[in-house]
Amino acid sequence: MKYSVFSLIHQAIRGQKDWTPAWRDPEPKDEYDIILIGGGGHGLATAYYLAKEHGLKNIAVLEKGYIGGGSVGRNTTIVRSNYQEPGNIPFYELSLKLWEGLEQDLNYNVMMSQRGVLNLYHSDGQRDEYARRGNAMAMHGVDGELLNRDQVREMVPFLDFENGRFPIQGGLLQRRGGTARHDAVAWGFARGADSRGVDILQNTEAKQIRVENGKVVGVETNRGFIKAKKIGIVAAGNTTRVAETAGLRLPIESYVLQAFVSEAIKPLIPCVITFGAGHFYISQSDKGGLVFGASLDYYTSYAARGNLPAVEDTIEEAMAIMPGISRVRLLRHWGGIMDMSMDGSPIIDKTTIEGLYLNCGWCYGGFKATPGSGFCFAHLLAKDELHPAAKALRLNRFETGHVIDEAGTGAQPNLH
Amino acid sequence: MRIPCPFCGERDLQEYSFLGEAGLKRPDPEASDAQKQFHDYVHIRKNTAGTTSELWLHTYGCRSWIVVQRNTLTHEIFSSEFASDTLKELTK
Repeated sequence: MKYSVFSLIHQAIRGQKDWTPAWRDPEPKDEYDIILIGGGGHGLATAYYLAKEHGLKNIAVLEKGYIGGGSVGRNTTIVRSNYQEPGNIPFYELSLKLWEGLEQDLNYNVMMSQRGVLNLYHSDGQRDEYARRGNAMAMHGVDGELLNRDQVREMVPFLDFENGRFPIQGGLLQRRGGTARHDAVAWGFARGADSRGVDILQNTEAKQIRVENGKVVGVETNRGFIKAKKIGIVAAGNTTRVAETAGLRLPIESYVLQAFVSEAIKPLIPCVITFGAGHFYISQSDKGGLVFGASLDYYTSYAARGNLPAVEDTIEEAMAIMPGISRVRLLRHWGGIMDMSMDGSPIIDKTTIEGLYLNCGWCYGGFKATPGSGFCFAHLLAKDELHPAAKALRLNRFETGHVIDEAGTGAQPNLH
Repeated sequence: MRIPCPFCGERDLQEYSFLGEAGLKRPDPEASDAQKQFHDYVHIRKNTAGTTSELWLHTYGCRSWIVVQRNTLTHEIFSSEFASDTLKELTK
């Protein structure tokens, strides 16, 4: 069913009785050309672009839970492409361009809002660093503006500019960045993939990837064995657990990251704001809640729930730039599992096993990459070659020394 | 999460810093495949879902390095020992 103003009017007259499910709930077939392990944003986007760009139909997406229940429904919904390293900029810019046309493409309202992403700087050194990043972006045709303190004050006057320890001196603004409705992104891609013939198998857990003579033959699941010619692992925080069933050992560690939503208040924050002296990011949802988060809990975890020190740290950072929200009550907070790579950048590559492909290492920047990741991974799966925009995101870059370390912190995943 | 320090007793998570997997053995730089071995040593991790041995530093306490047995699925902590005592065993 195509969604349009006419379908809305039709349903309004009919008492909303004719809506159909957005995707089917099919029984698994015995064999697929491609199986994607993981029905999160990236897995669904991959399936969608495989069907749409490459005309492939015989595809299954295995999801051990339900669609939208993992990290795609747990993030802080920020979309941007303000990266600095040469291997990252083209990829994230491709992703942002896909975001810009995503709603028309999917025929689904993902509430993409290009309200701008403002990274604050608090010292002369940080200003120079941001200028450098802005220049790197400009050289790749990405928009970015370096604002001084007065320009920032005009945009967001409620910040604590005179903070004794971290006075705000200005910011790097990417106007094309913004936020999107995370659940709608999962639902939109699921609906788009399903309508093109992809089987989305919920409550189907991949137990074991079966490999014979160095080649994949299929996946053992809780609903029986399913044969496959190619398998893509898109399992985010659980990548290590899935990959080790095929005997792979990866440069990944899983950590928990917490996110927070406050009670709804009247419109206050017009864009995404990040705190440069720490690691804090905040925006306001269309419902009015303040959506924010900060750093990881610093220990490896698969628990999808965090501890109080990270909560305290997040709130302290909020107070450092926005003391005005100190009396806003917290509504909810939750955790998600991040697949942290050793250089803080993602991996979209083949593996040493024939027919087994890998999409992982998104750290806590996976949401903005959803369409780009799906697009490039679909290209790799369909054509067996790397997409030009993702050619630096190799699995073997740690061996060859071509790491993409935006934060410059080395092989310590919890510091990225 | 509260971690028992063998010297200070049970203390809050905030006093500790986390390093990572315990028992990694520094490869011999003279080995013929030293480059491969060092790659694994620096980058490849077990990333266990379940009970792990890991290195923590009691930064705001006695500054001891300790090896903690912890379940990464539940955050349950089973034991902690001075790293100087256990690492020799783990890296044998």
